[in-house]
Amino acid sequence: MKNDKVTIKIPRPLYLKIQQLIGESGFDSATDFIVYVLRDVLSEKGSENREEFTADELKSLKQKLRNLGYLD
Amino acid sequence: MIRPHGGRLVNRYADESERQAILEEIKALPALDLNRRETSDAGLIANGAMSPLEGFMTRDDYENVLERRRLPLGLAWTIPITLSLKNAALATKRPPFKAALRTDDGELIGVIDVDDIYTVDHTREAERVLLTTDAAHPGVQYLQSVPNTYVGGRITLVKKVIDDERFTHYLLEPKETRVLFDAKGWKKIVAFQTRNPIHRAHEYLQKCALEAVDGLLIHPIMGETKKDDIPADVRLQCYQAMIAHYFPRDRVALSILPFAMRYAGPSEAIFHAIVRKNYGCTHFIVGRDHAGVGNYYGTYDAQEIFYEFQPGELEITPIMFDHAFYCKKCQGMASLKTCAHDKSQHMNLSGTKVRELLRAGEALPDEFTRREVAEILEKYYATASENPTR
Repeated sequence: MKNDKVTIKIPRPLYLKIQQLIGESGFDSATDFIVYVLRDVLSEKGSENREEFTADELKSLKQKLRNLGYLD
Repeated sequence: MIRPHGGRLVNRYADESERQAILEEIKALPALDLNRRETSDAGLIANGAMSPLEGFMTRDDYENVLERRRLPLGLAWTIPITLSLKNAALATKRPPFKAALRTDDGELIGVIDVDDIYTVDHTREAERVLLTTDAAHPGVQYLQSVPNTYVGGRITLVKKVIDDERFTHYLLEPKETRVLFDAKGWKKIVAFQTRNPIHRAHEYLQKCALEAVDGLLIHPIMGETKKDDIPADVRLQCYQAMIAHYFPRDRVALSILPFAMRYAGPSEAIFHAIVRKNYGCTHFIVGRDHAGVGNYYGTYDAQEIFYEFQPGELEITPIMFDHAFYCKKCQGMASLKTCAHDKSQHMNLSGTKVRELLRAGEALPDEFTRREVAEILEKYYATASENPTR
């Protein structure tokens, strides 16, 4: 796990801009910020194709919500 | 729909093929025992309520939460979610290794890929998270009751965690509340967190918030609470009564959160907001002394802490409310922000006074609580006084 990292190069102006941006944020370093942003973007892409429920699960959930009076 | 914290709703339930493999190996694995709080936490990690967490915290997670109120990669997070090591024999086992997760009923509910075993200072944790080390604080008492060695790693559960079978009817997971909100066409949803019955002041806050959004999620905590908190079954009756008599049915949903209260005041307020964001809520009501206990926190400390985070960090919008009460001059509910009259016109009862009245068999005033709720509480206290062990 400790060696499970790679080095990526980004343009220096971009790096300096990131340094300015994170000045008053909760991020300790440009690396932390970049990982956060990339992870966020990738998660969003991944979730677009994920099916949360099978057809049966969704049917069962909707019945549960009807029983609770939340759906018609 | 608001995205989960970290962008993805975590799912740490095993799928069917994984489940069979785990069930075959689980009995041969060393077992880590979970107390009630840790079992609840495991369930909430697995169902995504604690996204982006995928397991119990490693030292890196824990230290970042204590020191920065953030996870290692910078996401806001204020409550350490930890598993204490009760089996001392495993303290010297070197990670990584796999272990079974065993509840206090002896049930094996899943596995953990142990990445880290580390020793902590509970006094420091209390100072940083609970903002007190007073032994009378229930959160401090909890820390003093568990070993100071923690185990961190990703979990995979093979079955749903049910904290209390009586309430499964109202138990909706984050992916389920998101389906509900979508099906109802709600784009803005405000969550109301409580561990108490809903009285008129709470009703007022909820309705003020509901004016500005599409729907209200009443999301009471039904996990482990203090012994002198009203029992969960009595509270549920109160919530049902309020919704049935005083809320428009197409604008309100009730679902329970099986979470163990930490009574951590400000730290817990942020955490509660993040969890409700994972459930799909866009707004979160923060009243006076949110998640507080006794006099450990300033009345509005749990509101002030929200300003320590950049607006985009939490994404869920806190709606801050001042002290609310019935005003005789206004002839209605109001708050310190909206009422022009002095205290002599305000009708309000402290929690202590409410309990005194109930124990004495006296009726609660209609200006304080709805009659239907009062009757439930009056009946509970009448029964409790006849059976003092409750």
